[in-house]
Amino acid sequence: MDKFKLPKLAIAGAIFYAVVQLLILTGVLNGYFVVIINRSLIFVILACTLNLINGITGQFSLGHMGFAAVGAYVSGTITTILCKLNPHAFGDNMIFLAAIIIGGIGAAIVGFLIGFPSLRLKGDYLAIVTLGFGEIIRTILNNIAYVGGPRGLLGIPKFSNFTVIFLFTFFTMVLLRNLVQSSHGRAMLSIRENELASELAGVDTTKYKVLGFVVGAFFAGIAGGLLAHLLQIAHPTQYGFYASSILLIMVYAGGMGSLTGSMIAAFSLTFLTEGLRVGIDWLRDSVGIPIGTEWTMVIYALLLIFIMLFKTEGFMGMRESKILIIEEKRV
Amino acid sequence: MGSIFSFQQIVNGLQLGAIYALIALGYTMVYGIVRLINFAHGDFFMVGAYAAYGAFYLFNFFLPQGGGMAFVVLILAMLGGGAVALLSNQFAYKPLRYKPRLSSLVTAIGVSMLLEYLFSATPFIGPSPRGFPELMKKHMFSIGSAQVSNYVMIDLTVAAVLMIGLTLLIQKTPMGKAMRAVSQDKDAAKLMGIDVEKVISFTFLIGGSFAGAAGLLAGLTYPRIGPYMGILPGLKAFIAAVLGGIGNVPGAVLGAFIMGIAETCATAYNSLLGEGIAFVILIVVLLLRPNGILGEKTADKI
Amino acid sequence: MSVPVLSIQKMSHYFGGLKAVSDFTFDVPEGVIYGLIGPNGSGKTTTFNLVTGIYTPTEGKILFDGKDIVGEKPFRIVHKGIARTFQNLRIFANLTVMDNIRVARHFTTKSGVFTSFLRLPSFLKETEQVREECMELIKLMNLEHRAYDTAKNLPYGELRRLEVARALATHPKLILLDEPAAGMNPKETEDLMKLVRRVRDEFKVTIFLIEHHMKFVTGICERVKVIDFGETIAEGKPEDVVKDVKVLEAYLGRKAVVC
Repeated sequence: MDKFKLPKLAIAGAIFYAVVQLLILTGVLNGYFVVIINRSLIFVILACTLNLINGITGQFSLGHMGFAAVGAYVSGTITTILCKLNPHAFGDNMIFLAAIIIGGIGAAIVGFLIGFPSLRLKGDYLAIVTLGFGEIIRTILNNIAYVGGPRGLLGIPKFSNFTVIFLFTFFTMVLLRNLVQSSHGRAMLSIRENELASELAGVDTTKYKVLGFVVGAFFAGIAGGLLAHLLQIAHPTQYGFYASSILLIMVYAGGMGSLTGSMIAAFSLTFLTEGLRVGIDWLRDSVGIPIGTEWTMVIYALLLIFIMLFKTEGFMGMRESKILIIEEKRV
Repeated sequence: MGSIFSFQQIVNGLQLGAIYALIALGYTMVYGIVRLINFAHGDFFMVGAYAAYGAFYLFNFFLPQGGGMAFVVLILAMLGGGAVALLSNQFAYKPLRYKPRLSSLVTAIGVSMLLEYLFSATPFIGPSPRGFPELMKKHMFSIGSAQVSNYVMIDLTVAAVLMIGLTLLIQKTPMGKAMRAVSQDKDAAKLMGIDVEKVISFTFLIGGSFAGAAGLLAGLTYPRIGPYMGILPGLKAFIAAVLGGIGNVPGAVLGAFIMGIAETCATAYNSLLGEGIAFVILIVVLLLRPNGILGEKTADKI
Repeated sequence: MSVPVLSIQKMSHYFGGLKAVSDFTFDVPEGVIYGLIGPNGSGKTTTFNLVTGIYTPTEGKILFDGKDIVGEKPFRIVHKGIARTFQNLRIFANLTVMDNIRVARHFTTKSGVFTSFLRLPSFLKETEQVREECMELIKLMNLEHRAYDTAKNLPYGELRRLEVARALATHPKLILLDEPAAGMNPKETEDLMKLVRRVRDEFKVTIFLIEHHMKFVTGICERVKVIDFGETIAEGKPEDVVKDVKVLEAYLGRKAVVC
């Protein structure tokens, strides 16, 4: 090692964690804000994983929340069943961790099953097929009485807290960053840039397209599990096409191909949604203007159209913040 | 098992298929001419339904019930669907005409969301579904073993008339010829002196108005309308167009009727299957025969 | 007599009813610079696409180093030792020059996905090794000053060198160059000719190229094959064939080549 490389991401993460935790402990941030921060972190994972598939590998998945749904339901089912049987605190945490990981694995398997046949389709058709698969997942979940059917999976124990969610998000970002800035990641990027040239440079494009799906699905499943254990419910409507569309808006707003952008967008849009909701409620209750929270979605729809018409590259384009870039020798 | 493929189911399926056909035609024409999957197309259907609803309550005082009123309402439904289609093309799709196709696709998603949530958020239109007025008296009569209402005849007739009109338009008129030319080769058509943008606008107008007509028929037949009513029918009609061969006009009609019958019979068997059959068809088609039943294989020159 | 690097045997390819390539049989001997010329649409690029596995020939065999590669996927054919550049430059525009070349070395690396997730020492060592090798190649191609620039910012001539460098990074035995001199002025063409000869001499690869540029072809190719409408018109030494082509031109009344 020639010189000491600063673990920038670790330091940034530690600072973030310490600051937030301090604010929580001193009571500056109450439970309400903590929930928003937790949701933001979960959406960071979701947005970054979608970015891995759409922005890094250049594919087009429209059913991404379907993977999160698999993770949510699998982990939620495991914890609700097992925790009723084993009420010891230590055992519960291990069960939770295992359930989340198993949820991720389940989602990864689904990702493989969907990705493998679909990835020879291009552009529009791939989009529609992934949309179709996402809807199939939702329909199936809506109809399995055992996990609650249309009422959803209720009574999931609340294992998610800021520390747990932060750690999962942090490790996801580290692993995703490592993947993207490795030889494998460059193979995936080359597929986005020019698939034919990539194939002719010796890259097994099918393998890497599927890999993008599987890795993306795995972490999305983990995010779904975390969400289910935060809200204590998993419901089919949370994971339909519109939820996937919100993710799409986040990734485009942040910049297709920029993990940093997805992080920023996830936080910004989650906070923005809350802010708009509060604002609209105030306008309706205090000022008397008859508007509902659907206007938030109208604004997002306009945002998406605006981005596509005027600033397709989003906030960051394809650039990454220095914090996320692993330094390399350049001689 | 016996009641799944009964004549009653076939009749119901054809009725549903007629509505899907009108929507699917719009999808397939737009795809044929600009290679865009217009996600918002199902929402043109919704706008048409609301336009019909509005027209009814507007004209209720002036016009007597029955055929004449229904005709006016139909025209307004078609105008509503056509207008929103034209506007979408003008402001959202045209600027992206020469950019990567994925941009247009994502923009279409945005337009779709915009229409749905706008209608949902506007106080007078509101998020709750509404009952659709009974534009004409409903009579039931029997054909063989099936109970058939006059609505079925209306749906099929309106659909048939519009489809025949479209066929005549495409085959016999100069605009129809221009449409065919642009869908085969946009640049060559331009070089031949065809105003490509005008043709594209016209195609959106026709496609949107057909969707609007379908909206009226749906409101009549399944009398609840709501801001999100276009999502599933739109998706299913799109799948029908893919089944028949996207870009292929007769294919869209064929696919739509198959879809209508398949969905009706599947729902009779099992409601889960009924919900999911459309997506199963989609995946089977895209993985086994992406060009659809009547579609042709096109090779890309590298 | 050594085995020819590439041996095409009775290869035909039809697109539906259209005959693109008809009954080609020819050998590309090892170490030679072999040229394929003919008017537009004569089947040159189709031939390249067939050899690299993008299309599977309707009939015939393609023997690379004695073994039939028909039906193999393109990336596997690259692994076996055939590399290719493209007529209309297919570089990875948003990646750096270094990354463009590193991608082409990727298939030779052994680190799995898990080791790269965790950045284990074996992974780090291999990554550095690859980077150094690619840097050597970049220096050889006189692109050192551009190594970490984004590819889309490079001028046209440097992009052509980048494509050749990327092809070389796959350690090929045979390189297919698809109109490498397209859009070049006389000075650039001279430099390209020197580059191609250097590549053949230093890297011990066989070169198979398509070109319209007659000066380039006669200046650098050791053997030439002329095709039209998917059929062979002439084959042999460039001096002989060129005279033949001039006759053809006169007969067909067509200026099919640029002098």
